[in-house]
Amino acid sequence: MFNMTKNVVTNLLTKSSTRLYPIAVRGHFEGFRGTLVCNVDECIFCRSCMIKCPSQCITVDNKAGTWACDAMACVYCGVCVDVCPTSCLSMTKEHRPVATEHQTIFLQGVPKKKKKDEAAAE
Amino acid sequence: MLETLPLSLDAVRDVAKECFDDGWRLVTMSANQIDDAHFDVIYHYDKDLTMKHYRLTVPKETVVPSISPVYFAALLVENEIRDQFGICFSDIVLDFGGALYLEEEVRAMPFCKVSVAQKQS
Amino acid sequence: MARTILPFGPQHPVLPEPLHLKLTIENETVVEALPTLGYVHRGLEKLCEIRDFNQMIQIVERVCGICSCLHALCYCEGVEQIMGVEVPRRAKYLRTIWGELHRMHSHLLWLGLFADAFGFESLFMQFWRIRERIMDIMEATCGNRVVVSVNVIGGVRRDLSPEQCQWIEEQLAISEKELKQLSDTILSDYTVKKRTVGVGVLTKEQAYQLGAAGPTLRGSGWAQDVRQTGYAAFGELGFEPIVEYGCDSYARSAVRFRETLQSIDLVRLAIARMPAGETAADVAGAMEDDTPKPVSAGERRDIMQAYNRDKRHRFVTAPPPNLDLPAGHVAAKVKGKPDGEAVTRVEQPRGELLYYIKGNGSKNMERVRIRTPTFANIPPLLAMLPGCELADVPVIVLSIDPCISCTER
Repeated sequence: MFNMTKNVVTNLLTKSSTRLYPIAVRGHFEGFRGTLVCNVDECIFCRSCMIKCPSQCITVDNKAGTWACDAMACVYCGVCVDVCPTSCLSMTKEHRPVATEHQTIFLQGVPKKKKKDEAAAE
Repeated sequence: MLETLPLSLDAVRDVAKECFDDGWRLVTMSANQIDDAHFDVIYHYDKDLTMKHYRLTVPKETVVPSISPVYFAALLVENEIRDQFGICFSDIVLDFGGALYLEEEVRAMPFCKVSVAQKQS
Repeated sequence: MARTILPFGPQHPVLPEPLHLKLTIENETVVEALPTLGYVHRGLEKLCEIRDFNQMIQIVERVCGICSCLHALCYCEGVEQIMGVEVPRRAKYLRTIWGELHRMHSHLLWLGLFADAFGFESLFMQFWRIRERIMDIMEATCGNRVVVSVNVIGGVRRDLSPEQCQWIEEQLAISEKELKQLSDTILSDYTVKKRTVGVGVLTKEQAYQLGAAGPTLRGSGWAQDVRQTGYAAFGELGFEPIVEYGCDSYARSAVRFRETLQSIDLVRLAIARMPAGETAADVAGAMEDDTPKPVSAGERRDIMQAYNRDKRHRFVTAPPPNLDLPAGHVAAKVKGKPDGEAVTRVEQPRGELLYYIKGNGSKNMERVRIRTPTFANIPPLLAMLPGCELADVPVIVLSIDPCISCTER
């Protein structure tokens, strides 16, 4: 019985070891791979991310200048962030929220003109 | 690179018996299709953390003698190879008959690059 | 005496994953056990034909969630062997650290599940509470709790800063203290011993001949651990395997418990001895001009919707410490394609893991063959079951730490 007393007293005097969930939410650490974000203004539509993605969730159209990610097929490995030459891809540390329907990230950017097109325009 | 010892079809069970008596442990077997009509079956043995590999090359539709009477542990991997590549083994101690992973109505071998039909051993 | 055939699984309270055992019983005694597999067969090995060899890292990580880091480590070591890459020493140490953290969290998960299997739910909760601290370390250093995705061919993707190393050591010190408090319960409690000692006996000879691996083998008195071969940085850490001679479920749980404590020491040692330097080497294999083809846009991408980032997702508290991250991710440049064969082995929490990989000089591997430890531990399980009481079957099945999605891949 006296073995327990020490534990009982310690438990009474220390604060709760669990969180009161809706009030206190556990955050994520710096560098957590949460949501994939693309800054489409800096994207050059090189398609590196699309080629390297293991789950093939990214679709880049370099003619139309679109960048799309099937958010539910993404495995959050962060390979696309590593290979992006302009660092326009990044990951925030928040989770993507729970969704009731299929979500796709679709971004429209300005397609990069080819050099000969630019020359022709001039 | 991987150093392998050649193995002939007749010697499969004798070599297994030899290894067993010599205190080698069967780690596993790996199968691989090398061309349209030939398969590699590699036997990996281990003793005191050193490994030796025996490579058996068989044409398709060969029935390989099972080593599971010697090494009981071989029964799962032999059934698996039968499921994946359609290489049949004779006298497996516990024969699932090509239905370890696959359903019985599956006729094509999933890991083969050319289609090999399921056949009964 | 009349025999009854009783199905055990695929859905059973002690089994996190589906394994079916057909038990032939006489009265209360099991006479024979026959396994049925195939409930979670995914055919991941086949994917090597359509994904390139770099993408396979993420696929092999998903063979088993619990030991993802070690699957990737084994695969990367194989490809590095084929391509003749020397991994920087710091990367080897980092791989060791994350590998050992994985072993700790896997063993703690198992110890909890095992306690739950014989009905000791408070112990289950305590082990999982300690495990949560290890998961926090993983999240803070790798960016994810379970599928850490840090290994790449040629090294690792993340580095540890001195502050992070110090923080890991602090966390490990707390975990160690908490674990030692539990050692009395798991190792010498009367009720625990009543359920585990002498249950599921696998003799020393049987364990070797049936090809048991990992704690199942070491619990039967064999000092065999693939870490002795010195992959990653284990060659420099003076590793000694943990052996128990009881040959029963108790011995296997004792091996796992002591290995958890040993892993804490190994992580500390690795942190202390970790050299400075690069974390990834550039890879150049057999050069071949092979421009990657873009993937075809699947039908599922047709439905494109504008993505609105949800503003509801806010955190009230931010408990994790703000650690200085090392600048940038270090990604190795991989050039060339693997051509050749290699067999690599690493010690997973559950035992010895073997990869046989064969490249044919193109971007896809010819064959990736994975032999997981549970695959090796099923024949010993079939030898342990006959003769036991029906009520002990859950404890015996759990004592090999079955990971069925590993087994079937």
